[in-house]
Amino acid sequence: MDIFGVVIVNGLSYGLLLFIITCGLSLVFGIMGVLNLAHGSMYMLAAYMAYTITTVFAPNFWVALLVAPILVGIIAFVLEIVLLRPTYHLGHLSQVLLTFGLAYIFHDLAHWIWGSNVLSLNVPEVLSGSVSLFGQTFPLYRISLIGFGILLAILLWLLQDKTRWGAIIRAGLTDKEMVSGLGINIKLVFTAVFILGGILAGIGGVVAAPILGLFPGMEFEILILALVVLVIGGLGSIAGTFVASILVGLVEAFSSFYFPQISLFVIFALMALILIVRPNGLLGKKVSG
Amino acid sequence: MRKSKMKVLWFALFCLILAACSSEGSSNEADDAIDADEVSEDAIKVGALLPYSGVYASLGEHLTKGMELYFDEVDWEVNGKEIVLLKEDTEADPQNSLRRARRLIDQYEVDILTGPVSTAVAYALRDEVDSNQVPFLVSHAGGDDLTRDMRSDYIWRSSFSSWQIGHSLGEWAYENVGEKIYVAAADYAFGHEVAAAFMTAFEEAGGEIIGEVYPPLGNNDYASHLTQINSSDADAVYAFFAGSDAARFVQQYDEYGLKDEIPLIGAGWLVGEDVRPAQGDSPEGAIVSIFWDYNLDTPENIAFVEAYEAKYDERPSIESLEGYDAARIIVEALESIEGDTSDPDQIVEAISQVEIDSPRGHIRFDQDTHHIIQNMYITETVIEDGQTENYVIDSVEEVIDPGE
Repeated sequence: MDIFGVVIVNGLSYGLLLFIITCGLSLVFGIMGVLNLAHGSMYMLAAYMAYTITTVFAPNFWVALLVAPILVGIIAFVLEIVLLRPTYHLGHLSQVLLTFGLAYIFHDLAHWIWGSNVLSLNVPEVLSGSVSLFGQTFPLYRISLIGFGILLAILLWLLQDKTRWGAIIRAGLTDKEMVSGLGINIKLVFTAVFILGGILAGIGGVVAAPILGLFPGMEFEILILALVVLVIGGLGSIAGTFVASILVGLVEAFSSFYFPQISLFVIFALMALILIVRPNGLLGKKVSG
Repeated sequence: MRKSKMKVLWFALFCLILAACSSEGSSNEADDAIDADEVSEDAIKVGALLPYSGVYASLGEHLTKGMELYFDEVDWEVNGKEIVLLKEDTEADPQNSLRRARRLIDQYEVDILTGPVSTAVAYALRDEVDSNQVPFLVSHAGGDDLTRDMRSDYIWRSSFSSWQIGHSLGEWAYENVGEKIYVAAADYAFGHEVAAAFMTAFEEAGGEIIGEVYPPLGNNDYASHLTQINSSDADAVYAFFAGSDAARFVQQYDEYGLKDEIPLIGAGWLVGEDVRPAQGDSPEGAIVSIFWDYNLDTPENIAFVEAYEAKYDERPSIESLEGYDAARIIVEALESIEGDTSDPDQIVEAISQVEIDSPRGHIRFDQDTHHIIQNMYITETVIEDGQTENYVIDSVEEVIDPGE
């Protein structure tokens, strides 16, 4: 029974890490209808920036956690205004192609600036200890990720469901023209959402770096998992992503415990299964037309 | 609206998975191969088939740096003939590599080929090289079969084999570490070969393997595997991981509290020069077997390290050493035939006779298997001046791959 608990804790911490990385992608996709394939790249840029900040400027994780996502937010701002905005009337596919191209550009850029060696970000000192649970040692940093992930989910849910800002976003999603008619600048709303997505990708990059490491190709590794989470969760925005992340985390933990060789396959099998039963994902809303 | 969104999502996921399967990273075509017309008629053309993009890009870069360092030392000349290095990017893609090898062979008419990093690429190139009779000095790829069932008259290997890496620690571990060992290795051909060679040697010595686990290559999270290992009563863990996997595994081994309870042993890449900076203090105490170490205390190695650091302002990695040795073997072979590259059989014969005191120790070729005979070193990771260093604590002399 103990070992069962251990695997659950492992699964939860990995799942919530996935949530932190994926929620920005889900938010942007759910609200703007833009599938940002450069999301992984923003995640990667933040991780590398955090590395540079902690090694060159200030050896402090918290400074990096604050600054790197903001820098990525600025990049997102520029991208939205300059590149993305002209594509909104062209349909989804053009944005997929655009952001995928950007992903390759960022990949080469990162390779050029930071090289191809494996790098790593240190865990902040306060969280570098470990705790004992179910007779097993757990890194404190992993446990705090569970808390941070839940906190982030609650904040995003509050933002979306309880604030005026959230109401405008939800309204904009359903009926753009109507919202514009009410005197709200929908372009501004989209820009804001995309910046928020960038910042969230950035936060994901910084908190994941001490665990997953930094190396060329890290963004594609994460992007695939993030898309799997998105497909499983459906378009129920934050709640769907939250449930899907935890599910993928737990399935990954259990499958790599019981059948390590096929753990990746199990996740894709799970995705296929869910799509057969619920074509729109677990919490995806009903399709009408 | 939603339906079309979902379709776009599926489509993108599908494309991405396809892209990830065929080759990772960018499709960087920017090879700086020299124009065939610029190469003078009697220059000696060495073709390097190495990854300059994708997951193994850093290995390809280090191999190249090592080769260029040695070619610098001889002023890019053999018997008055200029040496030209023609580089082609293989990524880790066997199909693409085959096209690039053909270009080197047909268009540039190279005299000698060297590379690659990926064993899958090496296997794909084997028949092409064999049928075109091009001398091929394998400078990294370690798959056992290349010097066993798939051996060719034209292929000689100066790097290592999976068997050499795994087998060398088996008996030593039984005598010095413990009797019950848990094995963890990345789930691909090389990982399985290294693990199998280790297990055979360890069990022959009298030890017992109490568990095996093979997480997928590029695994993000080893937490569950570590939990499983921790709940066993292993005396030690033998691990093979490389690159970012090695960085993550060793770090997580420490974070999950295993470092102080179960000694970690394994193959050299686990705590290689390229990953230790990312691992912090985690690798302290790890014992691995490998064929070269940065701190190897021989005049040849000290000179090599000094020259490399002076030229590139960074530490050499084991791949830098492989490149350096490959270049030296090529040059020595060509010198012995006075730079005459007209007959490939003669070049191959000359390569087979090369015997040198490399930075890694004395090396020569096994005439049966075409594989290198070299010392294997057992190193331990210690902390010194706030950073980790590997030190040689023992060595296994003249390890010969059995070739079957």
